[in-house]
Amino acid sequence: MKIRYLLNTLGQLGIGILFSLVVQADEPVTSQHVPIPDPPEAKQHFSAEQACVEPVDIIRRNHGQFLKHQRDQTMHNGVRTQQHSLVECINCHVTPDDKGNYPSIHEGTQHFCRSCHAYAAVTIDCFQCHASKPEQATASQ
Amino acid sequence: MNEETTTPNRRDFLKSAAALAGITVAPGILLYSVSQAKPADQAVTSEQRWGMLIDVTQCTSGCDECVKACAVEHGITEATRPEIAAHWIRKVGLRDKQTGQEYSLPVLCQHCEYPPCADVCPTGASFKRTDGIVLVDKHICIGCRYCMMACPYKARSFIHETLENQKPHSPRGKGTVESCNFCVHRVDNGENPACVAACQQAGHEAMIFGDLNDPYSQIAEKLKTIKSTALRADMRLNPGVRYQGL
Repeated sequence: MKIRYLLNTLGQLGIGILFSLVVQADEPVTSQHVPIPDPPEAKQHFSAEQACVEPVDIIRRNHGQFLKHQRDQTMHNGVRTQQHSLVECINCHVTPDDKGNYPSIHEGTQHFCRSCHAYAAVTIDCFQCHASKPEQATASQ
Repeated sequence: MNEETTTPNRRDFLKSAAALAGITVAPGILLYSVSQAKPADQAVTSEQRWGMLIDVTQCTSGCDECVKACAVEHGITEATRPEIAAHWIRKVGLRDKQTGQEYSLPVLCQHCEYPPCADVCPTGASFKRTDGIVLVDKHICIGCRYCMMACPYKARSFIHETLENQKPHSPRGKGTVESCNFCVHRVDNGENPACVAACQQAGHEAMIFGDLNDPYSQIAEKLKTIKSTALRADMRLNPGVRYQGL
């Protein structure tokens, strides 16, 4: 009897927590408490059927591996395909705001890469060496 | 067997056809690079060996077009102190003490066949690509600078300061060693390195870039007919960069 009561309470509590999470997710992303990632739109889709260079669930989970594999292929074998190239990620995903300024990789959450990595508290050091903006932007600034 | 060796194969035929096409497109200008571009998805092979021939007699002492072009191409900006500035290519002046004759020549990574930098590298970051271009994989460079001590040409630089606004095609960063990479991103697209293009544009034509293994390339044809020297040939590193008129 006691155990059943306990489980019941816990269940209600769990549903309560879930419900509150859903409510929070519906809140605008500017909420100070939960900085939910809101990555900016890419410039274009990879193809009519596919938004990104791999299906979205795969690229979200494995983009690190794709980039690392491509990095070694390019560095050591001179393979310069565009599908998994970091430069092409940046060219498509890093877009200027209304005033034509590109988002900073060092602060804020407007940069495509930062928007998730800041949320997940993952420090990436790609951009200590690699350009975080498309080439035209680097040339003009 | 004999037949096979004497009959020109398909590759050679295509190459000469491409060269002919180049002649008809623009008389006097040979588009050698056209026949060298490789598909982006193919790995480089040891069929090629990229090299450079620098004609010292055509190189003038006041000109630094190649150095400037290199800085623009790779986003090499001035450091806060000149002692720590990166130099991928530098103009060197030489003077013969006996005769007083003066030379001016660019010195860059010599892209040795047996690179001492790669020999001493403890992590494998310094390596020679199969097509002969010596590179630093900055992803695995720990910045120990052994390669800088091993290089007899003083071709390498260490980056002491945080860099910003790097070029997308030329990632560079603090804590790693770097040197001339023969503009590998351009070479893979069938173009000449930036210094060679700048030298041609300035009208000096002192630098030629091409495939040393291809007997029909401009550089191989010229090396066959003129006397060229390697810097510090006594070290037997067989550099890919050779000098004419030194």
